[in-house]
Amino acid sequence: MTQPSSSHASSAGHHHPKYLAHHFESMAQQNASGKLGMWLFLGQEVLFFSGLFLAYVLARIIYPETFLAAHELLDWKLGALNTIFLLTSSLTMALAVRGAQVNSKPQMFYNILATLVLGGAFMVVKYIEYSHKFHDGLLPGHFFDATKAMHNGQLANIPGAPAIFFAIYFVMTGTHGLHVLIGMGLMVWLLVRIKRGDFNSENHVYLENVGLYWHIVDLIWIFLFPLLYLVR
Amino acid sequence: MNLGFALGHMMAQASNTASWWKPIQASSHAAAVDNLFNFIMYLCFFFFVLIVGAMVYFVVKYRRKGNGPERTSPIKGNHRLEIVWSVIPTILLVIIFAWGFKDWLAIAVVPNNAMEIRVTGQKWNWTFTYPKEGIVSSDLVVPAGQPVKLVMTSSDVLHSFYIPDYRIKRDVVPGRYTVLWFEPSEPAVHQIYCTEYCGTSHSQMLSKVKVLDSAKYEEWIANGGEEGGASAVPLADKGQKLYESRGCVACHSNDGSQKVGPTWKGLYAAQRKFADGTSAAADENYLRQSILVPGAQVLAGYANVMPSYQGQLNDKQIESIIEYIKTLK
Amino acid sequence: MESNRNNAPQSAHAATAGGSEPNYINAHKGIWSWMTTVDHKRLGLMYLVGVLGFFAVGGIFALLVRTQLLGPIFKGASGKQEWLFSGDTYNKLFTLHGAVMVFLVIIPSIPASLGNFFLPLMLGAKDVAFPKLNLMSFYVYILGGAFLLFSIATGAIDTGWTFYTPYSTTTSASVISAVTGVFILGFSSILTGVNFIVTIHKMRAPGLTWTRLPLFVWAQYATSLIQVLATPVLAITLMLLAIEKTMGVGIFDPKLGGDPVLFQHFFWFYSHPAVYIMILPAFGVISEIITVNSRKQIFGYKAIAMSSVAIAVIGFLVWGHHMFTSGQSELASAVFSFLTFAVAVPTAIKVFSWVATMYGGSLRLNSAMWYGLAFLFLFTIGGLTGLFLGTLSVDIHLHDTYFVVAHFHYVMMGGTMTAFVGALHHWWPKMTGRMLNEFWGKISCFFVFTGFNLTFFSQFLLGTKGMPRRYATYLPEFQTWHQLSTLGSYLLGLGFFITLCYMIQSLISGAKAPRNPWGARSLEWETDSPPIEHNFHVQPVVKHGPYEFPEIDHSMSTGGGH
Repeated sequence: MTQPSSSHASSAGHHHPKYLAHHFESMAQQNASGKLGMWLFLGQEVLFFSGLFLAYVLARIIYPETFLAAHELLDWKLGALNTIFLLTSSLTMALAVRGAQVNSKPQMFYNILATLVLGGAFMVVKYIEYSHKFHDGLLPGHFFDATKAMHNGQLANIPGAPAIFFAIYFVMTGTHGLHVLIGMGLMVWLLVRIKRGDFNSENHVYLENVGLYWHIVDLIWIFLFPLLYLVR
Repeated sequence: MNLGFALGHMMAQASNTASWWKPIQASSHAAAVDNLFNFIMYLCFFFFVLIVGAMVYFVVKYRRKGNGPERTSPIKGNHRLEIVWSVIPTILLVIIFAWGFKDWLAIAVVPNNAMEIRVTGQKWNWTFTYPKEGIVSSDLVVPAGQPVKLVMTSSDVLHSFYIPDYRIKRDVVPGRYTVLWFEPSEPAVHQIYCTEYCGTSHSQMLSKVKVLDSAKYEEWIANGGEEGGASAVPLADKGQKLYESRGCVACHSNDGSQKVGPTWKGLYAAQRKFADGTSAAADENYLRQSILVPGAQVLAGYANVMPSYQGQLNDKQIESIIEYIKTLK
Repeated sequence: MESNRNNAPQSAHAATAGGSEPNYINAHKGIWSWMTTVDHKRLGLMYLVGVLGFFAVGGIFALLVRTQLLGPIFKGASGKQEWLFSGDTYNKLFTLHGAVMVFLVIIPSIPASLGNFFLPLMLGAKDVAFPKLNLMSFYVYILGGAFLLFSIATGAIDTGWTFYTPYSTTTSASVISAVTGVFILGFSSILTGVNFIVTIHKMRAPGLTWTRLPLFVWAQYATSLIQVLATPVLAITLMLLAIEKTMGVGIFDPKLGGDPVLFQHFFWFYSHPAVYIMILPAFGVISEIITVNSRKQIFGYKAIAMSSVAIAVIGFLVWGHHMFTSGQSELASAVFSFLTFAVAVPTAIKVFSWVATMYGGSLRLNSAMWYGLAFLFLFTIGGLTGLFLGTLSVDIHLHDTYFVVAHFHYVMMGGTMTAFVGALHHWWPKMTGRMLNEFWGKISCFFVFTGFNLTFFSQFLLGTKGMPRRYATYLPEFQTWHQLSTLGSYLLGLGFFITLCYMIQSLISGAKAPRNPWGARSLEWETDSPPIEHNFHVQPVVKHGPYEFPEIDHSMSTGGGH
């Protein structure tokens, strides 16, 4: 409600931008609502993952030796590679938002495309890690197979409750991976809309919100990586 | 308020006999818990009368009469009043908290001279093990005037051990031990309930505390956990008691009706067809094995759900149950 | 901006202001127009139908449970133990009653139906901030409900609505679909919460400052905060439970090295705040009903508004009071007990303020007000009996007995549901454009009030005597009180049935409602009954508080207040 004229909403012939939904008074109001909504949603996301982190902490308190032994079976190099992928993708995401602010369609398009590709690379590495775990029987719950758990060419002996460690590993990285996939889907949608010319310096709250979402996904990985791969 | 005092008096007198709404006070904890209960109850009566009384008074006094123009007070609040009704409840609440905390510490801290009894909860019965004497019992038998410490665990799901007459309760958790203690005041029998929902026969997971005077208790121990001489009661009768008290009844009928497990009627010496296709006659050895290792031979048409009674029934008790089954023709 | 010339139709719309503009119900026709609507009023109405339908289902389960409890005396092995239902059937009935009532009825009752309908109206907005998201929340709700009902079709769940492990991970497989249903319902709740918070922050009409918000809006705001912050924890808990059950993970199963008490912490971290999701909107309703019908300023506006927020915040820190007997550490229990008493203070302030509001007023005793007064009576009992349960030593005796059952029914049913039905009476004219029958409204209120007290006061006595909850059979000494309780439940059912009858009658042949039958000052009453599709003919501008009634005589003494 920045303009005084908007206090009598639907009076005839006043300024009404193309992207303004019927129930908002101004673009400023619409953009601010969109952003506040996204922040609240991100708060929800943080609480969602906090439950998993709590489960992790408690399991690690009960079985420190399991976590120490089992993390050796995760490949920290692949994890580090994925960290680099996601950090870079956060940068390209930020550049895309910048592109919208300066009304540069190519800057938006190619940076989102780069973010999408980096997200894809993350998922490919995740796929390689997962298939390796499946092959070695390093699975959650009663799917865990101690007779196949190999480490450096010999049978790994994990004390405590390896089935719980791998359950937590798969639930945490799986839920995170699902968020990456959802983010990638959103980016495909963004690319279509950028091509259509929907975003500009006045109207880019969707782009910005996907950006915020992507940063939180990145942030969660920044916590997951050391907690799971770098226990020692 | 009159009603409140009347109820309060009724309760104050009801120490050793069950009133119409309160269990008897039979342990050292009971009186303390009841005193605080009464204190809170009086407070509640007071505030209830205050709030609802004011409400009713205002409804009567200020209800709209007729259709003439009504004038109402412009009052929007009163800081002094608001502070008063924030601070006074706060003080009272802190008092209640502190009082409850003090009494609760007494319930939580076990005295050093307490005798120890192991409690196992299992769908749907309680087992009491006397570690020193090696007695296994389906009733909790304790001497009067002696603090008793219960070390409890569950062999399947959550249960909760509750004796209303003692005002004590504690969850019985698989995979860990929880502790409860009490000091029974005089010889009596008290009800034990399971209060954590545990499935089909949760409401039948009942047992008794039998408080004996010390002489009778010594006799009970000496008899290996049997009252009034072991030989006095026929085995089959003892078996029937075990059938009722140890949870067999939850799954096995004695009259041929259908339950979770096969009926015991006509079971002895009958031909049994098993899930793996084999068959055999239900003799003593089969019955004994079915009690101790239920999964070894599962009757065709039934699921393998019965828990093992290994370590929960001694040989004599198993014998009694088999004798009881023999009588069911 | 040259792209702004497409607003001609809207201007034409405005030109008809005050004329015969169609209302939100007949603005569009056909079932498809309802299924794809993004109009908050239509969505509110659809939620209302859903909630009332599930309320009937949950109510029938409740009556079956009570009927079973007329006479199943446990007589030992020799006697007949099953009265009406077997233990298994009874366990499923009380589980379904609880799950349906909590997750499908009470949680969405006031926020999703009346909140959706009235929040934008009270704010002078055209809609909620995200109308499409609102439509999605509705379908998520329906989907969640479908999963829950599917679990009934596939053999029903018998875990109790609390899904405690390890029982829930070892019992029947329909737990998975029930848990999935509740998981999905959680997202409906979260999205609604996000929508409401943004709407309240960003969509207020000019002049509608925070201190001019109706208290219903404040209550919704506090509720939404909890919905957004607590529900995801329930989601993750139930996800872990489902994974545990399907894969045998063992985070909550001691046999596999896990901790069953951990599940309770997770569960109550959501479910205690959820209690406030259920009761705070009722507080908002009562603030409206009592004030409008007393024709006075509410007593202590700021104290009531702030106590809602205080309850929302402290409510996050008291979950452990459900676990005094569970084996959690002594220190934890003491802290949780203390914080529980802390949350009682803002609640007490609200009750005192409502009663004080009536002082010096001119009370209109319509059926909504009857329900409002019934709320005050019942919620006072519900709140006070909470003190027994928050006290460490006394709770050891009362935990998991009928005392707890009675306490939360006094709060949830006597509190929230009474306020909900009262709210329906208050806002019915605005929603439907028809008046309700006042005489039958009072008759139904009488039956609900009497039946309720008979049903649940008996249960306080049962609980004090030591009757455990969730029992399919009981010992003979409890029978009288159980029978009285069952009798009360039939009266209660009758009361609600009467309500249903005159609501249908009102839809068919009720008197036409004027714009503002109760002479209220908040914005929802400034538009037509029922409102037009875009809510207001002209954007309202607010120049006064929500409770500045013309009857207030400013020359009278205020007795030294502000």
